[in-house]
Amino acid sequence: MIKIAVASGKGGTGKSTVSTNLAYILSEVYEDVAIVDCDVEEPNCHIFLNPEIKESKECYLAVPEVNRELCIGCGKCTEICQFNSLALVKGKVIVFPEFCHSCGGCWLVCPTQAISQGQRKVGVVEAGKAQKLNFIHGKSRIGEAMSPPLIKAAKKEGSQYNIQILDCPPGTSCPVITAVDEADFVVLVTEPTPFGLYDLKLAVDVMKKLGKEFGIVINRSSENDHLIEDYANAENVSIITKIADDRRISECYSEGKLITKELTEYKEAFEPLVKLIEERLKA
Amino acid sequence: MKVAISSTGGNLDSNIDLRFGRAYGFIIFDLETEEFKFVNNIQNLEASQGAGIQAAQTVVNQEADALITGHCGPKAFKVLSAADMKIYVGAEGTIKEVIQKFKNNELKEALSADVEGHWM
Repeated sequence: MIKIAVASGKGGTGKSTVSTNLAYILSEVYEDVAIVDCDVEEPNCHIFLNPEIKESKECYLAVPEVNRELCIGCGKCTEICQFNSLALVKGKVIVFPEFCHSCGGCWLVCPTQAISQGQRKVGVVEAGKAQKLNFIHGKSRIGEAMSPPLIKAAKKEGSQYNIQILDCPPGTSCPVITAVDEADFVVLVTEPTPFGLYDLKLAVDVMKKLGKEFGIVINRSSENDHLIEDYANAENVSIITKIADDRRISECYSEGKLITKELTEYKEAFEPLVKLIEERLKA
Repeated sequence: MKVAISSTGGNLDSNIDLRFGRAYGFIIFDLETEEFKFVNNIQNLEASQGAGIQAAQTVVNQEADALITGHCGPKAFKVLSAADMKIYVGAEGTIKEVIQKFKNNELKEALSADVEGHWM
């Protein structure tokens, strides 16, 4: 089994382009391939893959519920809560479930078992198929501020498959860390611009801190590639492959099509990624 | 009667802090004795969320009967009103001036939050 996370730091570098095309060409050759869209706040892999959704599971987070008859108003729950989800006023606990991170501290410290585990809906995990490719994505509830619990649920749904491609959210904070956690390899997609380089450096720092193995894909490759190459050389990070800056790719993208289906010559650009996965599967 | 006022500093010449949850601190003023104390709010300045709730908890724990501030969001309002605290928003000036306005009944009591919460 292998899990490949596709991340970037900067948004709009081509994570979903790489994830969807890579997953698609792998699924043409291998059984048991899945793409998991972990960008639960704005999932978009389905636009390129048109999956048939067969299953939908609601995802909940355990949050405190106070039984007023058992509560003695000691305030231990409000003291342990690091997220300001609980307040004690006139001996009564007020709960703000939307702030809860589900750490479980409050129901553990409650001396009278007055706190039980209620539920807050964080979103849905949908699963289906796009031809031979197994498709999973999370869709965050509108208004939900926390995405890691739903990302974990989507990843769990995908964990049954032999090859898992995880399309990660942009950035370098909790949602990305949750998405790349347990990944065997992280593909960092970047573009040869100062902005791309700046955010790539942030992403590389995070991956190093997490002890992840990772490599770079340069998307919209141009005469400015040296921006990324100089940095990669200095940091001893490999550049796995490049995808050209081709207007036809942008047109494909804007029409919600896969470049490896429409512009088959670009399959070649994905070969080094396929090879990397094959080598790791054999090892 | 004790009044809590969100403050940008630790004395009566400080200006009122228009923010409640992320106020610099609170002056707790006793109208009978004319004595006051300052309670800081540093932990809330850095809170990632729920600053209003925690600030309300602080003011409630100080056993204030009324709060005077610039603005008050819905979650803080919920906590403060559960404590039957009277809430006055839209106050401006130094702490001294605000207390005088309060004594003169020039402040308007808020019956609901006057700003939206940051989270749904």
